[in-house]
Amino acid sequence: MSPHVKYRIGKSTGFQILTVILAFSCVVPLIFILIYIIQAGITKINWHFLTNLPKPVGESGGGIANALLGSTIIIGIASLIAIPFGILCGIYLSENKKSKLAYWSRLCVDILQGVPSIVIGIVAYFWLVKPLGGFSAVSGSVALSIMMLPIIVRSTEETLLLLPDSLREAAFALGMPFHRVILKVIIPCGISGILSGVMLGVARIAGETAPLLFTAFGNPYLSTNIFKPMQSLPLLIFNYATSPYNDWHDLAWGASCILLIWVLLLNIFTKLITRKWKVQL
Amino acid sequence: MDTSIDNNVITRSDSILERVITSTKIRDAVKGIKRIRRSHRQIRAENVFRRTLVIVALATVVLVLGIMLTLIVQSTLSLKASGISYLWGKVWDPVRDIFGAYPFILGTLLTSFLALFISIPFSFAVGIFLGEYYPKGWVANLLKNTVELIAAVPSVIYGFWGLAVLVPIVRSFEAKIGVDPVGLGIFSSSLILAVMIIPYAASLGRSMIQMVPSNLKEAAYSLGATRWEVIRSVILPYTKSGLFAGILLSLGRALGETMAVTMVIGNTSLIPKNIFAPGNTMASVIANEFTEADHPVYLSALIELGLVLFLVTVVINMIGKRLIKGFTN
Repeated sequence: MSPHVKYRIGKSTGFQILTVILAFSCVVPLIFILIYIIQAGITKINWHFLTNLPKPVGESGGGIANALLGSTIIIGIASLIAIPFGILCGIYLSENKKSKLAYWSRLCVDILQGVPSIVIGIVAYFWLVKPLGGFSAVSGSVALSIMMLPIIVRSTEETLLLLPDSLREAAFALGMPFHRVILKVIIPCGISGILSGVMLGVARIAGETAPLLFTAFGNPYLSTNIFKPMQSLPLLIFNYATSPYNDWHDLAWGASCILLIWVLLLNIFTKLITRKWKVQL
Repeated sequence: MDTSIDNNVITRSDSILERVITSTKIRDAVKGIKRIRRSHRQIRAENVFRRTLVIVALATVVLVLGIMLTLIVQSTLSLKASGISYLWGKVWDPVRDIFGAYPFILGTLLTSFLALFISIPFSFAVGIFLGEYYPKGWVANLLKNTVELIAAVPSVIYGFWGLAVLVPIVRSFEAKIGVDPVGLGIFSSSLILAVMIIPYAASLGRSMIQMVPSNLKEAAYSLGATRWEVIRSVILPYTKSGLFAGILLSLGRALGETMAVTMVIGNTSLIPKNIFAPGNTMASVIANEFTEADHPVYLSALIELGLVLFLVTVVINMIGKRLIKGFTN
């Protein structure tokens, strides 16, 4: 082998090794973060932590019951708004591929996907917080549902486009009306893809903080009134993490651990579903 | 007599028969009416369903227009007060009602582009690794899923981790190289952002690289090219626009990222002197000051920041999506 060829092969191997090293080194921060958060948080989590309210500054102990409940309520309402809306929009987009409205609607969903979350927070503030006269959990839910919408629309559309046309044609040939074809044939066939889209959407909004800053606002007490300010996990983490008190940092570590585990589980679960049903998102 | 009786019987049976016949006719008619009604109902349901779909699709358009309109209407006050010079005004002083967005625009651009520079080698490496070197197998699968998990971690957790772990490290690094050891600042937020935006360019790059036709690569190999030469002179030129789109999408993410940056950037309205100085981005200013804005012009100035952010990210995302579409077709 001439030295030149040797040099070229060496260069190629060098690049390959470099690629492998770089590719695997970007996993390192994620692993560091996971280990650190779980180490710092897991010791704080116990029954007392899950069922009690945060204590005022200076008292140790206390829990995050209000944030857990608040997060559940806010995410629940957001899902109630976004899931039907998103699925219907996805159905429209997959049924009318070429129409003008579908083009604009698709464009708008794309735009929504890229809108920074803080901007959605501002908009929800002017749509709901100002007219209703104060911070409320509902306005937070609406903001989160706007964030969730594009994911659900996209996954529904992509899934339904994958279904063979013969399926719909067979149903139509039996004389089924349009809405029954969609609701009884098309949706059940694509349910796994739609479901994974919904779960990804929930996972995305579960950790969103920015839109809640000026909508749900946060609340140190337990509250179930959706027209009043409400605490949520990410808000609690943000407020307590940026405070100078160690007790509050402890609460925030515990809350981070719970949030992280919950979001990662949702993501992993979605991956398993999509792999089992061979859905491509 | 007999006949008359018979006749009677016959006529009676006739009438019974007739009655039976009419009743079945009625039943048929009723059935027919019912069927017509049912199909009417079905048609109506079908129309309602179709109309609902159209309304929902329209609603997404209205939603986006509404977002844009709300931002424009609410920022008119500030647009009127400072006009276009708002964008390069160097002083942001709410107390004296002077609003210049330059420090925040500079902060946003510095953090985003620094993060992009740091993350590009990593995300391209992942893309090339998964798209060209090892597209299959459990190692590739594990790497792909782990990289996607990076995007799943909530940004507030990145921020908290950055505050607790990264900032002290950066602080000691800054002390070593002889700048003000603050820790909080543009450099720390860029590092956090760089980690957060890796998956976007990586997954797009992977799918683009996998789409390179194998006959192109094989032609290059048959000419005696090494693997690196194939990557450099076939794969990268072929996927240029797709990779650029990936960079744009990452940039869009970085520009709009709020929480992690807010927690580690230091939050001052002064123009950052160097990349280690604390600063503020557009998103972090809004997050910090929105609920404190006590007079209308102040609030409106913050919303104008939101408007700028919205427009910039929309344009960047649109260009990115166009490029992807052009590539896949």
